[in-house]
Amino acid sequence: MGVKAQDILENIRKDEEERIKSTTVEKDIDVNLDLGNLLAVDSNPLDAIKLRRSKESYLMQLARGNTQLLLNNIWQLETERVEDAVVAKLPDPETRLPREKPIPKSKPPTKWEEYAKVKGIRNRKKGRMVWDDVTKSWKPRWGYQRGNDDTKEWVLEVPKNANPNEDQFEKKMKEKKERVAKNELQRLRNIARRSGKKVPGTGLTNLPNKQQSTQELEATFHQAKRSTASLGRFENNLRNEKPAKNQGKKRKFDPVIMISEKDRQMKIVNEMFKKNPKMDVNKAVNQEINQTTVRKHKPGKNGKGQKGGKKFGGKGKGKKR
Amino acid sequence: MRPLTEEETKIMFEKLSKYIGENIKSLIDRPDGMYCFRLHKERVYYVSEDIMKKAANVCRENLISFGVCFGKFTKTKKFRLHITALDYLAPYAKFKIWVKPSSEQSFLYGNHILKSGLGRITDNTSKYQGVVIYSMADVPLGFGVAAKSTTECRRTDPMSIVAFHQADVGEYLRNEDSLT
Repeated sequence: MGVKAQDILENIRKDEEERIKSTTVEKDIDVNLDLGNLLAVDSNPLDAIKLRRSKESYLMQLARGNTQLLLNNIWQLETERVEDAVVAKLPDPETRLPREKPIPKSKPPTKWEEYAKVKGIRNRKKGRMVWDDVTKSWKPRWGYQRGNDDTKEWVLEVPKNANPNEDQFEKKMKEKKERVAKNELQRLRNIARRSGKKVPGTGLTNLPNKQQSTQELEATFHQAKRSTASLGRFENNLRNEKPAKNQGKKRKFDPVIMISEKDRQMKIVNEMFKKNPKMDVNKAVNQEINQTTVRKHKPGKNGKGQKGGKKFGGKGKGKKR
Repeated sequence: MRPLTEEETKIMFEKLSKYIGENIKSLIDRPDGMYCFRLHKERVYYVSEDIMKKAANVCRENLISFGVCFGKFTKTKKFRLHITALDYLAPYAKFKIWVKPSSEQSFLYGNHILKSGLGRITDNTSKYQGVVIYSMADVPLGFGVAAKSTTECRRTDPMSIVAFHQADVGEYLRNEDSLT
């Protein structure tokens, strides 16, 4: 038993010694430490002999040593106690790591943004708060409890040339709703533009990487021509302009029971048969051939051409009606 | 049901005139009463005004047929004659082909008429002329289009086609459910 107890004591002592010894790690080249990232980079060359002899334990020891160094340095940082745990305050990371996700693609500009760029319109920053004269206080420019709120007015002036029976409040509400709807429509259109699909009802959508067909251009042209106050009634025609296709032509049919139907149909029939008789090309060619053969054969044999001709027309068997 | 538009009338008359020429007038202007053409479900019906007025009371979905169906407009707006028009067109036919009894059956099964089956043919029939097909006993059998002119018919070999099949009375059995 005594021996065993001694062994145990010996082991404990050895362990303790090893532990105390191993808190200090010596390296030929200092290990690069980046405490912000909890990163240690060991630039010392590996011991080839040890590596070959016992790879796993050598690498383990190396890793343990480097981790020890890292932790030693962490312990030198400022620490504080948060609920039974000692927490070190890490400095800012030094090593720049690549980002995890790809850089987000920039959205294609909206129609307004494109227009603003062409026209050189720039956003002017406005303050979030505005001075409200009524309450004598600063209030948000928009949204709930906004300053200078024009939706909360209790009386509205009727414009001079307006219909006196018109409800100005209702008109204002309607206008606002229309503006909201228009904005929503434009938002959706911008999304549709971005998706590269056709947007309904806007003639030609100007897609960034798409060729416009002549048909599309023609449709847009006609739409643009119609988009005047007088619906294009006074627009001049271009030189080689084609008439618009499929432009809402309404079918109109006669009533089921008509009075002068017979006359109309007779008129159509008469017109059909009034036309000058068309030349039957086959017949004409045959006639021509016939005549030339007759002419050819006349000087030599007088009867042959005629005989054939007679046979052609005069055979009674085939002629019925 | 509706009357034909001017365009439709013209298309239909042009087709009819291939078979009966100017005799269309006698279809429109009949001594025994008022007759008219009406379009219903793309089909053209030739109907007396009395019946038409009565049929006008029936709603479109329920109206199956009235008068005599002359033919129908295809989706490309061409007019196609139906065999039901035969009784009205045959008396006025300008060009006729008589079929031998031996090949009557072949024609009534929907085949073209070969030279071997040709009994008689109206003189001066030109190529692609609309013709009414008769049996040798002068019973109208259907419509056709002359594939060859009368003169050409005489010369060709017996197995060549003389008239293209358009419609025949065999359709009364074959297309019983689609004819109206």
